[in-house]
Amino acid sequence: MKKIKYSEITPEKIYKNRRSFIKSLGYGASSLAVASIPFASQTQADDRNELTSFKDITTYNNYYEFGTSKSDPYVNSQNFKTSPWTISIEGEVEKPIKISMEEITETFVSEERIYRLRCVEGWSMVIPWMGFSLSKLLSKVNPTSKAKYVEFESVYDPEQMKGQRYPVLNWPYKEGLRIDEAMHPLTTVVTGLYGKKLPNQNGAPLRIFIPWKYGFKSAKAIVKIKFVEKMPTSSWMWASPREYGFYSNVNPNVDHPRWSQATERIIGKDIWVPRVKTLMFNGYGDEVANLYTGMDLKKYF
Amino acid sequence: MRKYFKPGVFILSTIPFLIIFYKIYFNKLGPEPVKEITHFTGEWTLIFICLTLSMTPLKRLTNLNIWISFRRMLGLFVFFYASLHLLTYIGIDYRFNLQPIIDDVLKKKYIFIGFAAWVLLLPLAITSSQMMMKLLKNNWKKLHRLIYVIAIFGALHYIWLSKTIFFRPLVYLVIILVLLALRIKIKNRNVNYG
Repeated sequence: MKKIKYSEITPEKIYKNRRSFIKSLGYGASSLAVASIPFASQTQADDRNELTSFKDITTYNNYYEFGTSKSDPYVNSQNFKTSPWTISIEGEVEKPIKISMEEITETFVSEERIYRLRCVEGWSMVIPWMGFSLSKLLSKVNPTSKAKYVEFESVYDPEQMKGQRYPVLNWPYKEGLRIDEAMHPLTTVVTGLYGKKLPNQNGAPLRIFIPWKYGFKSAKAIVKIKFVEKMPTSSWMWASPREYGFYSNVNPNVDHPRWSQATERIIGKDIWVPRVKTLMFNGYGDEVANLYTGMDLKKYF
Repeated sequence: MRKYFKPGVFILSTIPFLIIFYKIYFNKLGPEPVKEITHFTGEWTLIFICLTLSMTPLKRLTNLNIWISFRRMLGLFVFFYASLHLLTYIGIDYRFNLQPIIDDVLKKKYIFIGFAAWVLLLPLAITSSQMMMKLLKNNWKKLHRLIYVIAIFGALHYIWLSKTIFFRPLVYLVIILVLLALRIKIKNRNVNYG
């Protein structure tokens, strides 16, 4: 039932976003003029669905492996080697596998998936990813009955990744999902964006994207996917358990201890465009709210 | 020659303002312009705090009184950039929508301490004139020692808003602490020299 709902909703969403994509292409600079009418509620909905420019998506990144400032990943990742690349799927599975990037691109067809990205820092983008559901990749292995969570590990290579030479986070970067979250059709393996190969600064050659969670949950440059019994400790939970929970679902009603999450800024808009209200589950509540039925989301933040 | 120093310092001090004005006007602020303005004005506030606190140690170091004549102006630029910073947050970021701002000030410690620092700047700005100096006599000096507290608040404001341990906010704290430590020494020397 979940699946049918999703397949019904997605084409419409993509269709709508395609329209705004075409619109944004057509307007170019003049969209600035349209966007600069502040306070109009109509612009809120429009801004929220307009694709973020390729330039902003690929030059404004949080990817601490390449440095902590937003422009660092673009500057420092250009020579990053993404080939050869192998991903190991292991842990509580009947037969662990190692799969090469070539095999992944040959086996799984990437489709365009336009999703909103909400960063925990209070900004958002709309990104036309290329990818496929993680569940397809995970179905290559049979998890054992012990498997309850999935842990994602990013590459550790301080030679190539400047930021890893400093203990900003405990490297390698780790993230995790509950199995049902990982198997949800919206949880995406990303191989590209804007119809192109995934740029290094966006997590090449392969990353995941979970549209209803804060951006940091979507690990980049993944080398290991591990089925585990116990809830994994992500790098951010390790850094500050009080501030970053395991679930980290986008939730306007649960503040980050140090800042509010009620509103967000849309990336690429000029200073006259006001903040917009943040949506529960980043607007994907219809699809994912049932994963959390009966859970106190203030407690499991 | 000397008479050009003060206007020179004034003109130099307006450069950050001119830069941000230019960037706003020509839309050169990048993908998150409001954050850019906020960070820019915030950082320049801290830089001017450091400059203001440097004048007394510089006077000691070089035996030149000229430094002290810049101090008031630099202090007023602290207030100027801090006010731009606050106005960006209240006016541009939150559109004078007071409810979320009040929530932030009361609940978020980095915003609370930043706001407190600006409030503490108010009496200093108001009493900065020659006339007020004469009026307040000895109390003036006591009152204006508030800048030490403000400086530390400012540095903490920057540290507390950072997501993890970042280098830059710590640099400001270290500079401020060094500048304050130099004063303790100066005081002791004063005592020693009678």
